[in-house]
Amino acid sequence: MVTAVTNLGRSGLYDWLVQRVSGVILLAWFSIIGTYIGMNGDMSHAQWQAFFGQTWMQVLSVAAVLSIGVHAWIGLWCVLTDYLTTRMIGANGNVIRGIASAVCGVTLFTYMIWGLQIVWVG
Amino acid sequence: MLQVSIYRYNPETDKEPYMQDLEVDTGGKDMMVLDVLELLKGEDPSITYRRSCREGVCGSDGMNINGKNGLACITHLSDTVKNNKLVLRPLPGLPVVRDLVVDMSLFYQQYEKIQPYLQNNTPAPAIERLQSPEERAKLDGLYECILCACCSTSCPSFWWNPDRFIGPAGLLQAYRFLADSRDTATEERLANLDDPFSVFRCHNIQNCVNVCPKGLNPTRAIGHIRTMLLQRGA
Ligand code: SF4
Ligand code: SF4
Ligand code: FES
Repeated sequence: MVTAVTNLGRSGLYDWLVQRVSGVILLAWFSIIGTYIGMNGDMSHAQWQAFFGQTWMQVLSVAAVLSIGVHAWIGLWCVLTDYLTTRMIGANGNVIRGIASAVCGVTLFTYMIWGLQIVWVG
Repeated sequence: MLQVSIYRYNPETDKEPYMQDLEVDTGGKDMMVLDVLELLKGEDPSITYRRSCREGVCGSDGMNINGKNGLACITHLSDTVKNNKLVLRPLPGLPVVRDLVVDMSLFYQQYEKIQPYLQNNTPAPAIERLQSPEERAKLDGLYECILCACCSTSCPSFWWNPDRFIGPAGLLQAYRFLADSRDTATEERLANLDDPFSVFRCHNIQNCVNVCPKGLNPTRAIGHIRTMLLQRGA
């Protein structure tokens, strides 16, 4: 039996909404970066840094990093509760899923903090 | 001669399931898959499967035919046989009772969860609860389901969480009652579906739509439920 205690929000609807919204933010972020790179073929490091240094880009980047965090967590939670369950891998399923969730959670959290540091502190 | 490969398993005598290869003389006729099974059973009465109406109404002979779930009684050989080969397996994802017969308990438990009956807390009128033709039309494409389980057993989300994900068949019926103008339990019904598993394990894979022998569209019904949950949450 799989329980829902480790999912992010209170309800399936909430998770679903967060997933859509974070998806849109990520799409916007990647599109902007893609367009910028496309328009500035030969870019210097200084130029790149200036681009990320603008306040609006910093705000958007912070939103993107947070979005990656929650988006990945909800996605991974779905995958883990599909495949790492007592039904799929036997009696230890819940323990193994707990460990895997913890590893994913810690990794994601570390990347988020690191990412925030890069885009905000520079 | 048609080459038939059929899944065999008798838990009383077999250690493991196996595929048995047989040949059937169809006389060149484009019969139904169920007719082939009847011919085979004439030779070997131990071959086990469910069937009743033999015309796509009862939903008992859902099985996996050449890799696709369907009703044996309304699947023409010409629709499924390629290279003269017919492979018959039980519906995937459910425990096998014997040969092509699966244990449908999990499927029915999910159906039971959505409370598949009309609920109305207003006093019963003298004759009957009326519906306008427009209100009645909303039930088209929903009420025709025969609970054959072809859809739910083709859905990966149902394979992985058959105890918590309602599955396409159950959700189609959930929406059938959500859409019924005579039903007053809409709020309770939605509240029961708002966990991360019941509805939201559907990832729009659309296998269910692809296999439904009655041509129904569970994915669309699930989309409607999601919209109702959104409006309720807003
Ligand atoms: S929706 Fe179609 S495939 Fe699913 S149980 Fe009903 S009739 Fe069968
Ligand atoms: S659309 Fe949803 S219910 Fe249908 S097969 Fe895909 S995941 Fe399952
Ligand atoms: S035997 Fe009734 S649906 Fe096929």
